[in-house]
Amino acid sequence: MADAAHIDALTPYARALGIVVERWDDGVPVLRVDFDATVEGRPEHYHGGATGGLLETAGYGVLHAELNRRARKAVLKPINITVQYLNAGKARTSYARGRVTKLGRRSANIAVEAWQDDPQRPIATAVMNVLMVDG
Amino acid sequence: MSEPRPSFDPRRAVQLISGRGHSGWLGLRYCDHGDDWVELELPWRQDLLAEEGGKVLASGPILSLMDMASGMAIWRAMAEFSAIATLDLRVDYVRPAREGASVFGRSQCYRVTRSAAFVRGFAHDGDPDDPVAHIQGAFMKIISHAAMGQDG
Repeated sequence: MADAAHIDALTPYARALGIVVERWDDGVPVLRVDFDATVEGRPEHYHGGATGGLLETAGYGVLHAELNRRARKAVLKPINITVQYLNAGKARTSYARGRVTKLGRRSANIAVEAWQDDPQRPIATAVMNVLMVDG
Repeated sequence: MSEPRPSFDPRRAVQLISGRGHSGWLGLRYCDHGDDWVELELPWRQDLLAEEGGKVLASGPILSLMDMASGMAIWRAMAEFSAIATLDLRVDYVRPAREGASVFGRSQCYRVTRSAAFVRGFAHDGDPDDPVAHIQGAFMKIISHAAMGQDG
């Protein structure tokens, strides 16, 4: 099942950005992206858009995993995302993990955090609302 | 005080950054600008899609597009150039972009204070009257590393 969720979690965009699944924590995918030119904004720092892409991908990843766990099939459509940038993303590996804070029938609310060295010191967080259309 | 206000040129800036980094990878292009707004184009590309076998751009690149257009809109609106950092950015995806279509991101800086700047904008896929997304964001001016004490 982990493999199925793994494939669902990563869009062509996410793979092109260099995002991979680092590990699974209690059924939740922890995503990783290594620092390279693809994610660089101002020199030696992550571009805010790349950090946002990592957060968003982790949000869809945890929602896919939760839907798989419940044997639910749905097509996911973005409603919105709000990203909070807390600390500069430095030139090193970043990680992200989401949590489904509310799973309704038609929509889900997801909280996501991204960090580098210390999960307790996130570089960015996001809240996402996602529409689920029965597939 | 008598020096003319330095004018930030988004067209030139896009040329300078388009060969490198995240925006270079996305292939962002300059479209248009005004005193306090900038519009950039995100060309459709096979490897930026939301689904395998689909034709619709993922939402992540739209976030990058709007972040970049917003930063440049702030530099248009600012009296003097200062490095800025995104505090927060909200994107409402009101409809999917058309298959195979470029997405255009236009952001306006409607207020600059001593420390912060505020933007709003939208993304469209050809018709500005029929947006695919709306955005709102807040940015901070970066004063200096020494003054801030740490990287926050």
